[in-house]
Amino acid sequence: MPMEEQPHFRVPLSLLLFLSLFLLPTSFSSTHDLQILNAERRIDLTSHIIKVYLTLKVENLGTSPASEVHLAFSPAEAEHLAIVKAAATSGKRKKKTYIPLDVKSAELPDGPNGTKFFTVTLLTSLNKGETATLEVLYILTHSLEPFPVEITQSESQLVYFRDSAILLSPYHVKEQTTFIKTPSTRVESFTVVDPAKRAGTELKYGPYEDQPPYSYSPVLVHFENNNPFAVVEELEREIEISHWGNVQVTERYRLVHAGARHKGAFSRVEYQTRPDATGVSSFKHLLAKLPPKVHSVYYRDEIGNVSTSNLRTDYRKSELEFQPRYPLFGGWKSTFVIGYGLPLQDFLFESPDGRRYLNFTFGCPLTQTVVDKLILKVVLPEGSKDPTAVIPFQVDQHLEIKYSYLDVIGRTVVVLEKSNVVPEHNVPFQVYYTFNPIFMLAEPLMLSIAIFLFFVASVSYLHADLSIRK
Amino acid sequence: MAASSKPGSPRPPPSSSSSMAQDLFNNFSFSKTLKLKTKQQELLIRVTVLTLIYILAFITRLFSVLRYESMIHEFDPYFNYRTTLYLTKNGFAEFWNWFDSESWYPLGRIIGGTLYPGLMLTAAALYWVLRFLRFAVHIREVCVLTAPFFASNTTLVAYFFGKEIWDSGAGIVAAALIAICPGYISRSVAGSYDNEGVAIFALLLTFYLFVKAVNTGSLAWALASAFGYFYMVSAWGGYVFIINLVPLYVLVLLVTGRYSLRLYVAYNCMYVVGMLLAMQIRFVGFQHVQSGEHMAAMGVFFLLQVFFFLDWVRHLLSDAKLFEAFLRITVTGAVSVGAIALGVGTASGYISPWTGRFYSLLDPTYAKDHIPIIASVSEHQPTAWSSFMFDFHILLILFPAGLYFCFKRLSDATIFIVMYGLTSMYFAGVMVRLILVATPAVCLISAIAVSATVKNLTRLVRSQSQAVQSGSSKGASTAKSSSKGVIDNSQPFQRNGAILLLLGAFYLLTRYAIHCTWVTSEAYSSPSIVLAARGAHGNRVIFDDYREAYFWLRQNTPPDAKVMSWWDYGYQITAMGNRTVIVDNNTWNNTHIATVGRAMSSYEDEAYEIMRSLDVDYVLVVFGGVTGYSSDDINKFLWMVRIGGGVFPVIKEPDYLVNGEYRVDKGAAPKMLNCLMYKLSYYRFGELTTEYGKPPGFDRARGVEIGNKDIKLEYLEEAFTTQNWIVRIYKVKPPKNRW
Repeated sequence: MPMEEQPHFRVPLSLLLFLSLFLLPTSFSSTHDLQILNAERRIDLTSHIIKVYLTLKVENLGTSPASEVHLAFSPAEAEHLAIVKAAATSGKRKKKTYIPLDVKSAELPDGPNGTKFFTVTLLTSLNKGETATLEVLYILTHSLEPFPVEITQSESQLVYFRDSAILLSPYHVKEQTTFIKTPSTRVESFTVVDPAKRAGTELKYGPYEDQPPYSYSPVLVHFENNNPFAVVEELEREIEISHWGNVQVTERYRLVHAGARHKGAFSRVEYQTRPDATGVSSFKHLLAKLPPKVHSVYYRDEIGNVSTSNLRTDYRKSELEFQPRYPLFGGWKSTFVIGYGLPLQDFLFESPDGRRYLNFTFGCPLTQTVVDKLILKVVLPEGSKDPTAVIPFQVDQHLEIKYSYLDVIGRTVVVLEKSNVVPEHNVPFQVYYTFNPIFMLAEPLMLSIAIFLFFVASVSYLHADLSIRK
Repeated sequence: MAASSKPGSPRPPPSSSSSMAQDLFNNFSFSKTLKLKTKQQELLIRVTVLTLIYILAFITRLFSVLRYESMIHEFDPYFNYRTTLYLTKNGFAEFWNWFDSESWYPLGRIIGGTLYPGLMLTAAALYWVLRFLRFAVHIREVCVLTAPFFASNTTLVAYFFGKEIWDSGAGIVAAALIAICPGYISRSVAGSYDNEGVAIFALLLTFYLFVKAVNTGSLAWALASAFGYFYMVSAWGGYVFIINLVPLYVLVLLVTGRYSLRLYVAYNCMYVVGMLLAMQIRFVGFQHVQSGEHMAAMGVFFLLQVFFFLDWVRHLLSDAKLFEAFLRITVTGAVSVGAIALGVGTASGYISPWTGRFYSLLDPTYAKDHIPIIASVSEHQPTAWSSFMFDFHILLILFPAGLYFCFKRLSDATIFIVMYGLTSMYFAGVMVRLILVATPAVCLISAIAVSATVKNLTRLVRSQSQAVQSGSSKGASTAKSSSKGVIDNSQPFQRNGAILLLLGAFYLLTRYAIHCTWVTSEAYSSPSIVLAARGAHGNRVIFDDYREAYFWLRQNTPPDAKVMSWWDYGYQITAMGNRTVIVDNNTWNNTHIATVGRAMSSYEDEAYEIMRSLDVDYVLVVFGGVTGYSSDDINKFLWMVRIGGGVFPVIKEPDYLVNGEYRVDKGAAPKMLNCLMYKLSYYRFGELTTEYGKPPGFDRARGVEIGNKDIKLEYLEEAFTTQNWIVRIYKVKPPKNRW
């Protein structure tokens, strides 16, 4: 690997900056050695989880090799950014292969106010004149703003989407295009930044040529989106390991319909007799993808069992299709609990150094939902020591103690917390711990001793004469 | 099924075998060790049978959990559950001082002073003990299983009670009978978390301890019975039955010349200590000295003192004539002092008169004429014969037979059970729900009949076989089988007859067990929150509309929203919906309920005024027109009119009737067609086709096409209607801007 040498010459700059407010006269950076030859952005607005696929072709103009590419996000985007992934592509068309790249949050001194940067580390440094192609996927949540804010049962839901027609980038972009895909052909309005056109469910901005760094051109798209805006405000998943052969999972959901708020009456007769015309943005069904070999599944809430659920299992996966007690209209909430048991051998393994580890999926089993706050608790068996969690992304961690059936010293609980979780976070994570199998016998022994003592007491009572008078 | 019939069947061998064995030992003089061994065997069998009964009583009540789920049933249990939850969360002091602003808006309710806390404290104590033992149970599970647990304990008490009044055989039969008796199961299935669940245990325990105290004259037992009484007072308002039955019993013993020092000790200790303890319950307070219903006990207490005093004087005075004169003066004096005290007390208002509920017990027609709110409750109706048959089955036949046996072997204890049986049978006839109180007595008396009969029969069979086997055996066995047996010995078919009768008894008991199991599983295990029906293809359809609506209220209305509904649903709305209600099942304020009744039976604009004055945000009605669910608000509506009209004469029942007939179709009264309840129930129902081949707006609960299909709401709007339309919630619109 060639040495990464930061070039130390000053370059006076006077560029069009973000919101044209700031001028940063000088900076130390390698950013201007790179330029983007071609940028293609595809924004998928079909659900409330916005996926943006960005293809960048980067060229190194500078003399020194560059190994890092920066991505810039506006403050509004950064706030709702759930995940950023990048991959290097090689090959053409069908033989295309993707190699995931390391993405890190970064600080750049010359960014306009509030711009947030991510740094993608390339596999090999780019020498002068070389090019590389990057595929970036980033996901935004809570970025569709319902307008009108309140709708009646018979109206469909319209939302605003705000973005820039021009890619916000610290580099000079030679050529770029943006495609926006809407869920239906109903688009009320969109900002026109020539050249821009609309065909069916697709809006095309561009191609724009030779845009200086930090160019920005706000656009507003107003369109219909009746997909369920299912947002879990808080999800608490508790994974309890029993070395007797079971992993018990309990998931407590606080679900809300985050779309346009429901206004006025809810008419059951309309909802029942004309399902296509009323309550189009409401939703009734939810789908949870559970691991295979799931057993003892239950679905209930604070006031009892909910009888509207269906479980389909096969050897690869289990699907729990269920309905909340009532259809969810905009702003309506529901809380519920899903619990299930899993065979231990599928999730608990022994590592070469003798420690045990749980290998489980992070994230939320519900499809197409955003989790604002995920609290994942791994309850280790009583007597476990030195827990460590291994997760591919940043989470908050701490330890707790929980008392369950017949616990004397309590169980260690590894608590992992993460906000803004999307289905892309459903990746395996591991919790390592040491455990002495002798602890497994503690509880059965305690029970046996208690029962034995009871019998001894009974026998001695029957044989003892406790009367005062003889 | 086999298991449930078992407890009855293995009972005869132990007792008869022990007596048989005793005979044998007397004859052949076996060693002492072997004798002990048989005793141990008997003990073992008895303990095993009792354990089985104990378990059986518990598991037969779990049908509701199996058929539905582990949930709280009905209406009142939801209040009990909510208070228990509060108790476990906030501790006893908070619970005792709890002012509940979520019910009876805007009045509120002082919970600590208006409930019997025994049930909640029991469940909370069980919960705390389990938590302490590191059983991580949820409080709901504890509440659901409290009633079955206490039913199991009741079987043990029944055993000891039976043993006390007759013998251990009768005790075991009584335990077995009460374990599965539908009259008791109806109130103690898993989930039926109501006062009666623990109260029947407390009632029987108090009676048992009192009879034990009378039999032994021991202060310890009397004290124990006072504590039993305290527990009963803390658990259920039915304690009034004890405080009246026990003095009545004492009076009967006095009259029949069975007065003894044992009785004096037992009653005085029980009454004084029990009364003092009972005063600690805030809801009861000073009623023991201030309420007309408790005066009988006090009168008998003073009577006993006079009696004792006279006894003592007679002991001192040898002259019979002098004593007679003294007796006359004392009795006249005592009676007149008592009468004056009562008269003054009543006149000055210190002693409150009998309550309406008490009157309605003595006179079944009283409630219908004077207190519609009591008469409107279905479980307060006089009992039909069929429900006696349903709840008691063969016990109804065995009961008189048991009475016969009791009278044949009259003792202080049997007099008690006879009186308990007869009075409670009367009350069971007055009110359906009081069948529950009669059940233990009926079971005990029937157990005496069964036990005595079977014992006689087996003895007959045994003695015969003994005679056949050992030829002319010694007089011991023949002498044992009583004089009747000696005469019957000559009859050739006597043994076969006895066997036949035994088989008959066995058959009857088997039928009883089958009946009980069937009734439990089919009739008494429904939680009434979740309705189950059979679909067109025989599949089970579940209507979970109540919880759907309550959960909707809980999640999607402002936390301080006030919900108006008929009082039946008050407890459920506060417990499951967690919202403030105007009235609930604790019907302590008739005027408030009448106000709601008036709102429901007024025109919409008048009702709006009432609802505005009560700050009502949502109105909840129950409607069965789509599903054919008949206990909905339209069917209860006449009671709303009656209760509302009882306080507000503007509401007149005839306005809602046509020629004295209650109808909702085209021929209905105009006021009926336009009152709030009608509008809320049938709003937009006219657009819905409920049944194939019927016009739209066909009400399946009443089987008619509704009379007003074009309902417009001006001041309310539909906020939510459940999937099967059973619960409909309306939002009260804010007042219009005046400018």
